[in-house]
Amino acid sequence: MAMKPHRKKRLITILSSIAGVAIVVALVLYASEQKMNLFVTPTEVLAGKAPVDRIFRIGGLVKMGSVIRSKTELLTEFIVTDMEADVRITYDKIMPDLFREGQGVVAMGKMNPEGIFVASNILAKHDEEYKAPEVLDALERAGHPVKKNESDSQGQE
Amino acid sequence: MHAEFGNYLLVFAFVISIALSIFPLVGTFTNRLSLVYTAKPLAVIFFVTLLASFVCLAYAFFIDDFTIAYVAQHSNSLLPDRYKISAVWGAHEGSFLLWVLIFSGWTLAVALTGKNLPRLSHARILSVLGMIGCGFISFLLFTSNPFDRTLPFYPIDGADLNPLLQDFGLIIHPPLLYMGYVGFAISFAFAITALIEGEWNATWARWTRPWTIAAWSCLTLGIMLGSWWAYYELGWGGWWMWDPSENASFMPWLSGTALMHSLAVTDKRNSFKGWTLGLSLATFCLSLLGTFLIRSGVLTSVHAFANDPTRGRFILFFLAFVIGSALILFLFRSGKVKTKANFSVLSKDMFLLLNNVLFISATFIVLFGTLYPLFADAMGKKISVGAPYFNSIFPIPMVAIFVLLGVGPLLNWKKHSFSKLKNGLIKIAIVSVLLSLVSVWLLGSFYLWVFVGLALALWVGLNSIYNLAIITRLKRGILAKLGSLNRATIGMTLAHLGVVILLAGVVLTSYYSVERDLRMGVGESQEIAGYDFKMIHVERFNKENYQATQVTFDIYQEGGLLLTLKPEKRTYFAGKQTMTEADIDASLFRDLYIALGEPLDSTGKIWSVRIYVKSFIRWVWIGPLLMGIGGFISLLDKRYRKKRKKIVSDDEVQQPVELQVAN
Repeated sequence: MAMKPHRKKRLITILSSIAGVAIVVALVLYASEQKMNLFVTPTEVLAGKAPVDRIFRIGGLVKMGSVIRSKTELLTEFIVTDMEADVRITYDKIMPDLFREGQGVVAMGKMNPEGIFVASNILAKHDEEYKAPEVLDALERAGHPVKKNESDSQGQE
Repeated sequence: MHAEFGNYLLVFAFVISIALSIFPLVGTFTNRLSLVYTAKPLAVIFFVTLLASFVCLAYAFFIDDFTIAYVAQHSNSLLPDRYKISAVWGAHEGSFLLWVLIFSGWTLAVALTGKNLPRLSHARILSVLGMIGCGFISFLLFTSNPFDRTLPFYPIDGADLNPLLQDFGLIIHPPLLYMGYVGFAISFAFAITALIEGEWNATWARWTRPWTIAAWSCLTLGIMLGSWWAYYELGWGGWWMWDPSENASFMPWLSGTALMHSLAVTDKRNSFKGWTLGLSLATFCLSLLGTFLIRSGVLTSVHAFANDPTRGRFILFFLAFVIGSALILFLFRSGKVKTKANFSVLSKDMFLLLNNVLFISATFIVLFGTLYPLFADAMGKKISVGAPYFNSIFPIPMVAIFVLLGVGPLLNWKKHSFSKLKNGLIKIAIVSVLLSLVSVWLLGSFYLWVFVGLALALWVGLNSIYNLAIITRLKRGILAKLGSLNRATIGMTLAHLGVVILLAGVVLTSYYSVERDLRMGVGESQEIAGYDFKMIHVERFNKENYQATQVTFDIYQEGGLLLTLKPEKRTYFAGKQTMTEADIDASLFRDLYIALGEPLDSTGKIWSVRIYVKSFIRWVWIGPLLMGIGGFISLLDKRYRKKRKKIVSDDEVQQPVELQVAN
């Protein structure tokens, strides 16, 4: 297909700016390799696939009965599990409101030499479709189909 | 009844938007004035219908009509009335209805103020807006109808509005933000029309400029309010965390800023046309991309609305359609838009060009960081890109922007002599560096970024004032000087001073704030940044729709009682959701901020507590506030109310330009 010269010129301009952008992106990507945080499951951590000496994120469920709070300072210890493997986590800041045993959690931090994950930040999944149990119950008993997938998907990345 | 009526009105608005996208446009090409004339009344009906539909939904909230699913999920009979109204836009469906309503409001404004536009162009612009409206409303009708019923089995009471959203900030943050987002649709529609007609000149730029500035100002204020709301309502005391939903609004803001400055060049100098057109298209596409990111649920964040793949797919197709048609039009038609590039290195034109390049790079940095996790996910790798990435790369173009911002406004268009400028600039540079060193010394500890940030802030601030002094050099007396300024200059200077305050606030609050998470019991005391925080007692009480635990802290400074703060932890009756209500003592130079974590033992007397002494945090919002106000002031400039005469003379200037080489 023959292209008119000015269109060709325009196309070249656009393509070259896209190429320019690609170079910028490549540079940014190269520079930011260290700044990105991989997401790892507890199973992968135990298999030794977690990055060494680098900040990464780990996610799973807070194991029932695993939460221990220090009596002297602000320090919480708990186990995050994906039902296959467990990883111990310590955190010295305030837990998010939605942090609960049995609920989903994502922690950001590093492994220490003892194999404990020292978290610098913890996210408990924020669910805007939270429904009161009474309301859910009422809806269900009334025979109204309730979308359950959202409350079930808590904590899944 | 009102639900059916509201739904019917939505369908009617949909039909109207189809009519608006077809009739005037066809009329302009077939020379049938009767069709062209339909544009204005259709735009009016479009707005009125949507307004009525919105009122229907608000009414349903007001009377607690839980037979409507959306009301049942996001309201409750115990919810205070003021929040019942803001609950209308408290979640996806209703907020999108508000979005469409605001869009139709902008359309109406264009319809009513287009007297100076050529009639055919005006009709085409309204048609393009009609098409966008049509896309928005079909999204609402087919994937997110707020009027869906729960009949025949409806709940006795509603599930309640998310307590995070039961707040004054929510009442005004979304409407302002949406005014910004969809306001860019107007410059988009202008650009599309210009491409269809193959003509784009200073006159066009002058029509688009006030709309773009208005949308930009709204977006600025909307983002500022969102940041302020997150600070006091989310309980973690941050003001910006490079959350994907923040980035979603920041990208159109950055590219909108570039557009606003590029429009200035096109308006005054009749050049940069390709840039301006491209940026008009890109800014609105980024608005749509932001909408997609937030409403499709592909990103996990505070704002992410519920997951629903059909919604995501719909917006993605709409986005692809808009970007695709804009790109095709741009590719095939913008060749007709000739431009002349005729300016020297030291000129306002050149500095604004660099402003554009830098803002576009900043947009790409944010775009890349926001989208990269999505691409990585598609390739089976879970990666998050957070603050460390943005904080290390984003400042690079920003530093360059601030250096240029000091000089740009001082320059003449086309050419400026360096010798005239040299002495003033060198003095200001020396003063800025010295004052910055003194400030850092007064603040106690040296941080390179604080020094750089403050020096740049002073550089821009002093140069802005120097610029005013130059402009008004012929007047005597400060009042006469200020009185002689036109509104565009006042607005620009105010906005740039807003940037100065924001920049200073950002570096100061980032480096000098003290943040502690502590375990504290009743009677205990902690010294933080020169303040003694003492925990006095714990109380429990009930309010209309929640139960609260309140902890009282006395704060002493140098032995004397300074003030008392009472942070709360609330449990809402309807949703059983817990909320952290921080208590803040705000002042210009520092905030004292206390938020409660959780009780750490069974007596309820020992708590995890977050205590912050945030330095200069208010500046982070005062700056953008000035930027927004500055934008609105510049809108009032006489320049935008000039009649046709002036415009015709600009068209004459346009003539020889055709001979020049394409951009």
